[in-house]
Amino acid sequence: MSDLAVAHDDHAHDAHAHDAHATSTGLSNNKMAMWLFLGSECLLFGGLISTYMLYRGRHAANLGPNQVFDIPFTSVSSFVLLMSSLTMVLAVSSAARQDHHGTNLWLTVTALLGATFVGGQVYEFTAFYDEGLGFTTSLFSSSFYTLTGFHGVHVTVGIIMLMALVGINKRGRIPGDRAEVVELVGLYWHFVDIVWIVIFTLVYLIPS
Amino acid sequence: MTTVAAHSDAHDHSEHGEHKSNSYYVKVALILAGLTALETSTYWIDFGPLFMPALLTMMTVKFLMVVSLFMHLKFDNKIFSYLFYSGLILALLVYIAALATFQFFGAS
Repeated sequence: MSDLAVAHDDHAHDAHAHDAHATSTGLSNNKMAMWLFLGSECLLFGGLISTYMLYRGRHAANLGPNQVFDIPFTSVSSFVLLMSSLTMVLAVSSAARQDHHGTNLWLTVTALLGATFVGGQVYEFTAFYDEGLGFTTSLFSSSFYTLTGFHGVHVTVGIIMLMALVGINKRGRIPGDRAEVVELVGLYWHFVDIVWIVIFTLVYLIPS
Repeated sequence: MTTVAAHSDAHDHSEHGEHKSNSYYVKVALILAGLTALETSTYWIDFGPLFMPALLTMMTVKFLMVVSLFMHLKFDNKIFSYLFYSGLILALLVYIAALATFQFFGAS
């Protein structure tokens, strides 16, 4: 009976190990795919940032970056997004420890910080539009709105993924060995943050 | 069974990387916040000729800190680093190519 129990345990363990290692590299295919996706996203944002850098000087005299940008406001937004990276890594850490309450708490805080950032971006776009800077006003405005708009969409998608994770976790569908799901969303979220680190410096802080 | 367990441990360590304590992540975030404050200060304080190099250096340090420590790339399998940095380097090359193109052909 005891031997049978050990054999059953071995079988269960082997089955689990097989699930975890059923890749030719021994690494998670999901994680590999996420890093590959993020590498390709570098190209997307690289292209958008390049376009902005080339066209940042093409604008009317009174509607350029130096006239419309509100650096103190954007600095606060940047700080909020940076802190959301901290809360995200705390969520990943909680998930690895199988602390479901902590995971949900930090995921929710991350989503709220992300929503604050997006709200700030909507306010900023509205203020710029009121000043007369529309999407087609100049090459500067088109490239600026495209770049920061794409980033904003990425943050919004990240918020949706975070809230979906909270919902799934509340139903207990992320057991300990599936904590990788939280890590994958975390990778996406941190990527959105590092893109903003580059945008904040190159677009906002370096004058045209 | 022992072999499987040992293999599983090795797998956990290499694939999921090393998870640090919460206080470690808070310290990293405080350094990042300090760098952001320093970056923002360039808007009010004149750094002279150091302005551009200082900004680009701080941006690079922040970028690498988030990628290495928050995204665990420093502790993870090297294949993930190759995948990400190859995309990043390719993006930089595209930017350099675009700049060069506009430099040489933009004026005509």
